[in-house]
Amino acid sequence: MKRQLPFFLVFVFGAFMAIQYFVPHKTSEAIYEFFIDILPIIGVFALALGIWSLTKVSVDKIRYRRENWQYAIFTLLGLFLMILFGFTDENWGFHWRMSPEVAGEGTDNPNFRLLFNYVMIPIQATMFALLAFFIASASYRAFRARNLLATLLLIAALILMLRFTPFFGDWIGLRLSETATWLMNVPNTAAQRAIVMGVGLGLVATALKVVLGIERDYMGRG
Amino acid sequence: MQQKHFWRFVIGLALMTMATALGQSEADPPVSDTLAVADTAAISVPAPLPVTNLIARDKPNDRGYGISLSWDLSPDDTGGTQSVLGYRIMRSTTPDGPWDSINVAGSGDALYDHIGPRHEGDSGYFPDHTDMYYRVDVLTADPGVAVSSGVVGPVQSRGQWFNTARTVVFLFMIAFCGLVIWFVTHARRGKDLYVRPLAGIEAVDEAVGRATEMGKPILYLCGLGDAAEVPTIASFTILGRVAKRVAEYQTQIIVPCRDPIVMTVAQEVVKTAYSDAGRPDSYNPDSVFFLTIEQFAYVAGVNGIMLRDKPATNVYMGKFYAESLIFAETGTMAGSIQIAGTDEIPQIPFFFVACDYTLIGEELYAASAYLSREPVLLGSLKAQDYAKAAIIVFAILGFLATNVSALGGPEWLAGFVDLFQVRE
Repeated sequence: MKRQLPFFLVFVFGAFMAIQYFVPHKTSEAIYEFFIDILPIIGVFALALGIWSLTKVSVDKIRYRRENWQYAIFTLLGLFLMILFGFTDENWGFHWRMSPEVAGEGTDNPNFRLLFNYVMIPIQATMFALLAFFIASASYRAFRARNLLATLLLIAALILMLRFTPFFGDWIGLRLSETATWLMNVPNTAAQRAIVMGVGLGLVATALKVVLGIERDYMGRG
Repeated sequence: MQQKHFWRFVIGLALMTMATALGQSEADPPVSDTLAVADTAAISVPAPLPVTNLIARDKPNDRGYGISLSWDLSPDDTGGTQSVLGYRIMRSTTPDGPWDSINVAGSGDALYDHIGPRHEGDSGYFPDHTDMYYRVDVLTADPGVAVSSGVVGPVQSRGQWFNTARTVVFLFMIAFCGLVIWFVTHARRGKDLYVRPLAGIEAVDEAVGRATEMGKPILYLCGLGDAAEVPTIASFTILGRVAKRVAEYQTQIIVPCRDPIVMTVAQEVVKTAYSDAGRPDSYNPDSVFFLTIEQFAYVAGVNGIMLRDKPATNVYMGKFYAESLIFAETGTMAGSIQIAGTDEIPQIPFFFVACDYTLIGEELYAASAYLSREPVLLGSLKAQDYAKAAIIVFAILGFLATNVSALGGPEWLAGFVDLFQVRE
């Protein structure tokens, strides 16, 4: 029963989700929306597990003085400070939920905003900005003309990059632009469509295997 | 020279400020009712001819609360006096009114879908299964001149139980499901099915062996998708196989998760893999842990693990977005062997460039069947191959039909292509 019930539920709800795509009726839509609304509720309960996991791993690291344990202090500090600021107002009054009468509580708490705007956002922007440098280093590796295919890739990439440069005059510039457009619209689109079709079929086949209980490894004991 | 530029700038700024102030005073003239009335009275437009052939019917393939209207344009819209500015849609629950103005369609528009709110308290509530009457008024520049069409109705809106616009998708899904079940049944009877080798999956054993020799852990990422997404489910299956190998080789696995539900499932999968390998005591519950939900905070956390712990192998399987290249390049810098698999097409080139092995698109889904070698799972791969072959055949037929009909061939060829269109 412990194993059969989850598989039965997966079958029922999986089949419903597949069928509701073809049923536009308001009843089908209402049931679909009900299930979609449940997901965040499950997510909130799971978030508590996540916070517990992060806290336990970090506390253990500090307690047993594992390598680089100092970082765990900042992890816990960030985690609990944000939670604390989220539940308090600017006068350190504690609130379980947001109220329009109280100024500067929850996400409007000045300390919360301070940490979010001046610590969280700059750090995230920095991480994202790394992408520009990594693209350069990855391109350098990808565009080395080691064999015929890599050379073709290099030539295609050069054409695509050079189409925006103004140094080649009208005639060459126009030819570069036309070739780049052709590369994007024909070989590139054809390859992408082939992958999309494969992915689509793979998705349906995997979903079908899950719904029919053929694929069971995701549930632990397979 | 610098001073000259400065004075130019100051004068320019002053002129701009003056112009803005003047512009505002012109843009917002004092409201004068007398002037407005005089302007309106000055416009004299002959009454246009009304719309004809007004048809109201239940909007097809919807949830309900929708009526589709169509009409023939007023002869004075595109031709005649060309005095038509638009068409006002009017609705009533009785043929004699009172009439509610629903919306205005522009001149040249001969179709309108009236989709109303479905909750009774909402403004303009649109009850299903209730008689409705419609008429269309032709609007001109003179607000006093509006010519009404005849009243049509009664018409009722109702939801449909099958979306006929998706019939082709439905038929294809049924055919594909049938194909999968047929091949799975055949595989169960013991028929040998060949699957081409997947280099990325073949490399898993090698990667785990390398980690064991180096005494370093294996880092496994399930991606940024949630537990309900199919790529994440495929990733769990591969995680189970990798974790089993890790348990057999007595090495260590690290699985930092972005989603708490994914973490819970991954913990169960890894625990089961250790039990299956006959080493349940070696399982460390802290090896699968939650980091953060924030995308780039997660990236920072994982990159920190890569650079501090220097894993021998990094495995990325599942849904990845902008962070894919940051992971893969950091892993390269840390000197790890890297195996990646995702169905996110924009991220595939990044993984392809920076990783040693990449599973492209559908190979992510094939990996679980390939790893397990279970005939039942391999059967579904065969079904995918046959479905792809069918798509190729239909694509060629569609190409031929389009071109032959364009070159003056029979009309039914163009209809053949239309058969496969999915209309919303």
